[in-house]
Amino acid sequence: MTARDTDWDGVRLHVVTGKGGTGKTTVAAALALALAGRGRKVLLIEVEGRQGIARLFDSPPLPYEERKIAIGLGGPEGPRVSGGPGGDVYALAVDPEGALLDYLEMFYNLRRTGKALTRLGVVDFATTIAPGLSDVLVTGKATEATRRRQKGVHVYDNVVMDAPPTGRISRFLNVSTEVSGLAKVGPIRTHADTVARVIRSPQTAVHFVATLEEMPVQETLDGIAELRAMTEIQVGGIMINMVRPAMLGPDDLQAATDEAELATALKAAGVNGDSALPRDLAAELAGHARHVELQDRERCELTAAGQPSYELPMITDGIDLAGLYRLAAELRNQGAA
Amino acid sequence: MSHASGRHGVTTPRLEMDRIIDDRRTRIIVCCGSGGVGKTTAAAAIGLRAAERGRQTCVLTVDPARRLAQSMGLTSLDNTPRPVDGVDGTSGGSLHAMMLDMKRTFDEIVEAHADPDRAAQILANPFYQSLSSSFAGTQEYMAMEKLGQLRRAEEWDLIVVDTPPSRNALDFLDAPQRLGRFLDGRLIRVLASPVKAGRPYMKMLNAGLSMMTGALTKLLGAQVLKDAQTFITAFDTMFGGFRERAESTYRLLQAPGTSFLVVAAPEPDALREASYFVERLDEERMPLAGLILNRVHRSPAARLSAARSLAAAETLEVMPNGTGAADGAPRYTLAAAALRLHAERMNLSGREQRVAGAFTSAHPTVPVAEVVALPVDVHDLAGLRYIGESLANQSQAGSRAPLR
Repeated sequence: MTARDTDWDGVRLHVVTGKGGTGKTTVAAALALALAGRGRKVLLIEVEGRQGIARLFDSPPLPYEERKIAIGLGGPEGPRVSGGPGGDVYALAVDPEGALLDYLEMFYNLRRTGKALTRLGVVDFATTIAPGLSDVLVTGKATEATRRRQKGVHVYDNVVMDAPPTGRISRFLNVSTEVSGLAKVGPIRTHADTVARVIRSPQTAVHFVATLEEMPVQETLDGIAELRAMTEIQVGGIMINMVRPAMLGPDDLQAATDEAELATALKAAGVNGDSALPRDLAAELAGHARHVELQDRERCELTAAGQPSYELPMITDGIDLAGLYRLAAELRNQGAA
Repeated sequence: MSHASGRHGVTTPRLEMDRIIDDRRTRIIVCCGSGGVGKTTAAAAIGLRAAERGRQTCVLTVDPARRLAQSMGLTSLDNTPRPVDGVDGTSGGSLHAMMLDMKRTFDEIVEAHADPDRAAQILANPFYQSLSSSFAGTQEYMAMEKLGQLRRAEEWDLIVVDTPPSRNALDFLDAPQRLGRFLDGRLIRVLASPVKAGRPYMKMLNAGLSMMTGALTKLLGAQVLKDAQTFITAFDTMFGGFRERAESTYRLLQAPGTSFLVVAAPEPDALREASYFVERLDEERMPLAGLILNRVHRSPAARLSAARSLAAAETLEVMPNGTGAADGAPRYTLAAAALRLHAERMNLSGREQRVAGAFTSAHPTVPVAEVVALPVDVHDLAGLRYIGESLANQSQAGSRAPLR
């Protein structure tokens, strides 16, 4: 048995949001890898048609089809225990059109009609005039995958959704209300209600990706407040991304800007002949100190939200598969997966 | 050794910001780029600088950070340009700023184009409400619509606009057309007037249509379809107006008085998007003024390379305790850490330059301006002024990091 507790035991659908530029897709992918311990199967879904997952995993563009994209992080205990290879991570790029065809086929056996509808522009109609409808189709695909069973067993142990950015997340998840403005009765309404039940259940958690800067932090706090106002939606963790290791504490940083000390040290190390260098290094350090101070302040604001938070290091040489596994290991070691 | 000119030996033209904003023929500056790169801050900084250099300037912003908005006196979303306090008007310029209210802008178009009864009918329709508040392109469309309105008002001689934080930086170019295409579409036409479809050539289509309406009814329920038809019928009279407006805004963007500035951070994703954008603007014959490379990391001590700095740190770390270390701690611990920090900064700066170099190699003619990363966020006019200055004084790039 893998009796390891994580902060999100019981959550099967992980929704990952975040402000643009904070690395939302990267964190969603790392979370999927972390969840896919030995013998587990995880589906990573992207919904915005940017093919960010394919780019991250260096694979050709994903079709509307669940495809194996990687092996999860090894062992149920992560890198601390040699637990053998991880389970499978599948990926899927959902688009409203494909989701509509799926929906028609699944519930009405109407795939061919669906294709005709696409040609006639009905899908454009549905998704353009009523974005609530397109959101319900997309989230519907994620909840369907979450609930899908084969021989009585869930096909996927976890589904991770790389969701729209923070500014749009509450509307995106509020499918039932969005659709009810348009459709008071009818099958799409029933469908929306089913989707909403999954999203508003303890099976689903919404995680926020933030960096330690003013705007991402503000948006995260706003997003959390919005979701909390929509009761029943479980706010998940805060993934603080791209954290640079603090090499010196605040006091040490202050002390290190002493130009005379720096001058002596540089001389001792054999770096000579540049009298302005100590001053310039001290200036650089002073700037760094202010930045660290700002980051600490932002971190405090985030933790004040009262959600579990996880810190992910800045991967300096660009994110590749190795970098993703490193982030996955961090998430697992910190109890997020 | 200098890092300022190190981009693969290619001389990149410098973006001459002051030349652009001082040129009275420049009437519109559009700041675009992917999310999280500092578009809004750049737009505000350019607007402020232009105002303080004598232009009657209006900054149209879509989604500013709260404190940045406050710094410009934008506390509410009221869709009207408000004067910004604290601007130095000695050169005769002025600065107004406004935040876009997309639903209100849309409502105003409806009210302008339909008689009061019909307008009320449209505004109350659930489809209109959905379209005006959450259609993925509405914000972009309305930003461009508002830009057109401000331009036509002739109250300002320079308008600086930042584009919405779209999933795709180009949405604001595509959205008006997409909305126009949609409102003009065949489907919407037949939905609007199913009874008129009696002409012979419509017969074939009709068979498909009844199947389609059947499926739609099944899918959405009869009420939805009826609402949609009501909406489209009511909207019908406005289609022409919408298309016309979209087209005139598009032409405005192509006009010689418009300058596009692509904003990017020196990161692969942002620059990939910027590349794509530059190519797309070219295809659309939109006048690109240049790239703003924002949040570039520079070191005031760049002459000490990462390798030498690291080597010096290692030397200090293995050095026996020197004199004066009363508590027995190694004397140079702090200095060694400082040198490691410097090495890290130099590595970061080097990576950024490689990434930026890839862009400038692919687009050697695009002028570039760099803005160094500030240690803290910008949320007052002084900060905006500083950014405006560093945008304009590019010859100093790389020589000094900010000492604010």
